[in-house]
Amino acid sequence: MSKRIDFQVDPAGMKHWTVEHDGPVAYLYMDVDEDAGLFEGYQLKLNSYDLGVDIELADVVQRMRFEHPEVKVVVLTSAKDKVFCAGANIRMLGSASHAHKVNFCKFTNETRNTLEAALEDSGQNYICAVRGACAGGGYELALACNHIMLTDDSTSSVALPEVPLLAVLPGTGGLTRVTDKRKVRRDLADVFCSVEEGVKGKRAQEWRLVDEVIPNSQFDAGVRARAEAFAATSRKPDVTQGIELKPLQRQFLADAVIYSTIDVALDRPGRRAVITIKGPETDAPADVAALTAEGSETWMLRCARELDDAILHLRTNEDALGLIEFQTAGDPARVVAHEALLLAHADHWLANEVLCLWKRVLKRVDMTSRSLVAMVEHGSCYAGVLAELLWSVDRSYMMLEPFEEDDRPLASVQLTDANFGQYRMGNGLSRLETRFLGAPDDIAGLRAQIGTPLDAAKAETLGLVTYAYDDIDWEDEIRLFREERASFSPDAMTGMEANLRFAGPETMETRIFGRLTAWQNWIFQRPNAVGPEGALQRYGTGVRGVFDMQRV
Amino acid sequence: MLDLINVSYDSQIPNNVGLSSDKKVLKALEKWHPGYINWWNDLIPQNFQESMVYLRTAVSVDPKGWAKFDYVKMPEYRWGVLLAPAVEDRRIAMGEHLGEPAWQEVPGEYRNMLKRLIVIQGDTEPGSVEQQRFLGLTAPSLYDMRNLFQVNVEEGRHLWAMVYLLQKYFGRDGREEADDLLVRSSGSEEAPRMLGAFNEETPDWLSFFMFTYFTDRDGKMQLESLAQSGFDPLSRTCRFMLTEEAHHMFVGETGVGRTIQATLEAMTKAGITDPTDINKIRDLGVIDLPTIQKKLNLHYTLSLDLFGQEVSTNAANAFNAGIKGRYMEQRIDDDHKLQNDTYPVTSIKDGKILTEDVPALTAINMRLRDDYVRDAAGGIGRWNKMIAKAGIEYELKLPHEGFHRQIGVFSTVAVDPDGNIVSAEEWAKRREDWLPTKADGDFIQSLMVPCYEPGEYASWIAPPKVGIDNKPGDFEYVKLHMA
Repeated sequence: MSKRIDFQVDPAGMKHWTVEHDGPVAYLYMDVDEDAGLFEGYQLKLNSYDLGVDIELADVVQRMRFEHPEVKVVVLTSAKDKVFCAGANIRMLGSASHAHKVNFCKFTNETRNTLEAALEDSGQNYICAVRGACAGGGYELALACNHIMLTDDSTSSVALPEVPLLAVLPGTGGLTRVTDKRKVRRDLADVFCSVEEGVKGKRAQEWRLVDEVIPNSQFDAGVRARAEAFAATSRKPDVTQGIELKPLQRQFLADAVIYSTIDVALDRPGRRAVITIKGPETDAPADVAALTAEGSETWMLRCARELDDAILHLRTNEDALGLIEFQTAGDPARVVAHEALLLAHADHWLANEVLCLWKRVLKRVDMTSRSLVAMVEHGSCYAGVLAELLWSVDRSYMMLEPFEEDDRPLASVQLTDANFGQYRMGNGLSRLETRFLGAPDDIAGLRAQIGTPLDAAKAETLGLVTYAYDDIDWEDEIRLFREERASFSPDAMTGMEANLRFAGPETMETRIFGRLTAWQNWIFQRPNAVGPEGALQRYGTGVRGVFDMQRV
Repeated sequence: MLDLINVSYDSQIPNNVGLSSDKKVLKALEKWHPGYINWWNDLIPQNFQESMVYLRTAVSVDPKGWAKFDYVKMPEYRWGVLLAPAVEDRRIAMGEHLGEPAWQEVPGEYRNMLKRLIVIQGDTEPGSVEQQRFLGLTAPSLYDMRNLFQVNVEEGRHLWAMVYLLQKYFGRDGREEADDLLVRSSGSEEAPRMLGAFNEETPDWLSFFMFTYFTDRDGKMQLESLAQSGFDPLSRTCRFMLTEEAHHMFVGETGVGRTIQATLEAMTKAGITDPTDINKIRDLGVIDLPTIQKKLNLHYTLSLDLFGQEVSTNAANAFNAGIKGRYMEQRIDDDHKLQNDTYPVTSIKDGKILTEDVPALTAINMRLRDDYVRDAAGGIGRWNKMIAKAGIEYELKLPHEGFHRQIGVFSTVAVDPDGNIVSAEEWAKRREDWLPTKADGDFIQSLMVPCYEPGEYASWIAPPKVGIDNKPGDFEYVKLHMA
């Protein structure tokens, strides 16, 4: 699996999904092309999916929000006759490396979350119409929708057969959403997750696994009526015209990826990547009309999309680079101005969408299993949205006082209103609230600093950066940090960082990533699943898995 | 009709499973039985329900008891629960449990797999009765009507057999599945039967004969492989069902044969030798051979689809678990585990049809289909002998297994009956040469007029050589109730 996996999709070349628009309702059909898998060696039969299918889905969901803000309800359904979706492709999982499995699951989980975020952030409601087999990842896809309709044809069922069939977990949110979102009673959930064939008809509704069961002959009409009713009562404001998400400008070089607002330098010997975000070069759009006219070219949107792509690229295609360093360069005042326009018009659909996209991209940074560090050098622009990076990363270093032969403007950090709740983490808190969990009163003090560029001494005192070093110490301290970090076990780093990053309350999201995913990744390492005689490895051969019966 | 309150199960439901002392099953069956009777009563037109039909009833499994002939009204037919006699010290014949004693109870780990197989098998049994429900109205003779009803009541009995297993061995889940077997219905928009071929119409008698020849033969192959099951009650049930299934094959083969015979006789009499002189032949009130070939093409290919994907995980799991074997498992000379064997399977690569060796365990469906193709070829040879004997130059053929397929590797390509991959346009253009057209159907339908006089037959079908139960030619197989 060495070819580069691309997270950008040309909507004209979609292989696995089609969308039909009917005013405020869109019908999203899953129609997986079984011969168009991302890798050789498996066929995507029965609407099973691999990462490529999910990349397209993520793109559809993203475009639905930006390009089709008129859509209030999206009906997710299957274009195939007798199957809704058979879940993640087992042969793909069986042959994939551990790292690919983990990345695959993380990305699919993030995509499922965006389905829910679409309702929460924009009022775009995903509902699901299930006819035919809906198993494993197929049901997890349904679970990510906010209303599930199942046909009552005495055959169609919903199922999570992972445990009995494959000796792994329904790890794309399945176990968590069954109890936390659907609020299925835990003993019934236990039964449901142990039976391969799942639950059908009225019982599926009684157990809360689906919201309604519709007679088969009335299914299509029933789904349509439900979608139209949801659209009619939607609180999403009417918007007639979206903006086009134009293709990203990117260049992949041997040791760099160059975007319009971002440079990614790949230091392979040092096992690190440096992401340099360049602040806006032009003034902020004057008003929302100008913002809309700029469309996907406006700096806030362009930068968010490019950062998202850069992170995904590093996660998936550069897995030996254990350290990601963030740098920024530019005029902090301009960053503040660009963000301020959006904040001032947060009730405008596009301003809202851009701010919400930043929320998602920053979560993606939080969830990245690499050591993350931010360098606040002179000439940088850690203001507002970019300042969030300082509290997303594991550590940050800031240049203190002028450096010799460095005439860039002195390093500063600048807070904006947005840092106090606009870009909430998966735990439901702002990054500052999470950072200062032990000193909530300090947050009020920080509010007083909004709008003031904070120099290194101040930023360090306020706890906004880890260390501030002057030019005598800077180089050595940074070198020592990099070398020390590079010497630690990558596994221990991943585990340590994931534990330290998400202090505070549990949410469904943190439970999915912190609990379900962690257990799944453990099982993905164990011989009972992936050993030569493990169930996942043997699936499809007809021979059963052999288990080590010791409980660990 | 059965008096459900005072039913004496041992006398009214022929069985060799100790039904009257099995409280659990009795209770379940009491609940299920009214639904079944309602299903039956709503199904077949009322005047046939009231008619006296000369039917064979199995009252026990010994040679004297399994074929009792008498007049009976169908709703009063004694559907029984009969298992082939137990084989002493029977052992599991294949898979990872090879050689272990056969299971008399369901092993917990295979409960779902077994249940699913039984439900799928069970779902086909009432399905075909539903498909054939109106054929009595156009029966070409009382003899054929009786055969139709015999097939129908036996499919009903096969449903009973599967329901018994579900109720006896699968607890509450099994009872619910048994109920659902009466909820689904052939061709229903609400809840169709599980397999495609059982939702197709059986619009005329030639379809019925083709169905019993080709589709019931799939049933036979499935029963043969379930008869190998390590779950002994399933094995014994299927072994007994096979004796009845043989009659269905007989109805199919002789039905098509007699149709051909009528055509040949009419052609000879009219001095027509060219089998493709379709209009002239049709004017004689018989079905021309090319149309029979088209019907054959249709039913054969629908039946091939019933074997599922060529490479199948479910089939592999079932074999390895010892739940479902191969055709004539015991006679196959190998290790019956197949963990290191391969089997050639057709595949499509770069627009060509190839065979590839794949792990034999995963190719169980393909192997069963190959056995089916061989089994189905027999009758074709006998029909062709009739045609040759009449001096007509025509040969019926099984089309290539890739022709007109909806399931498996061939479902994505257009294949002609000779096995050439052609473009979808070309295929669509020639479809009418290969499969029955609406006009063909209308013509056949025009011949479907009932013939209810004892000993008389519709123009398009010849009388049988021998009567059922050795009855004479003018025997009144059905005493019609014409209210």
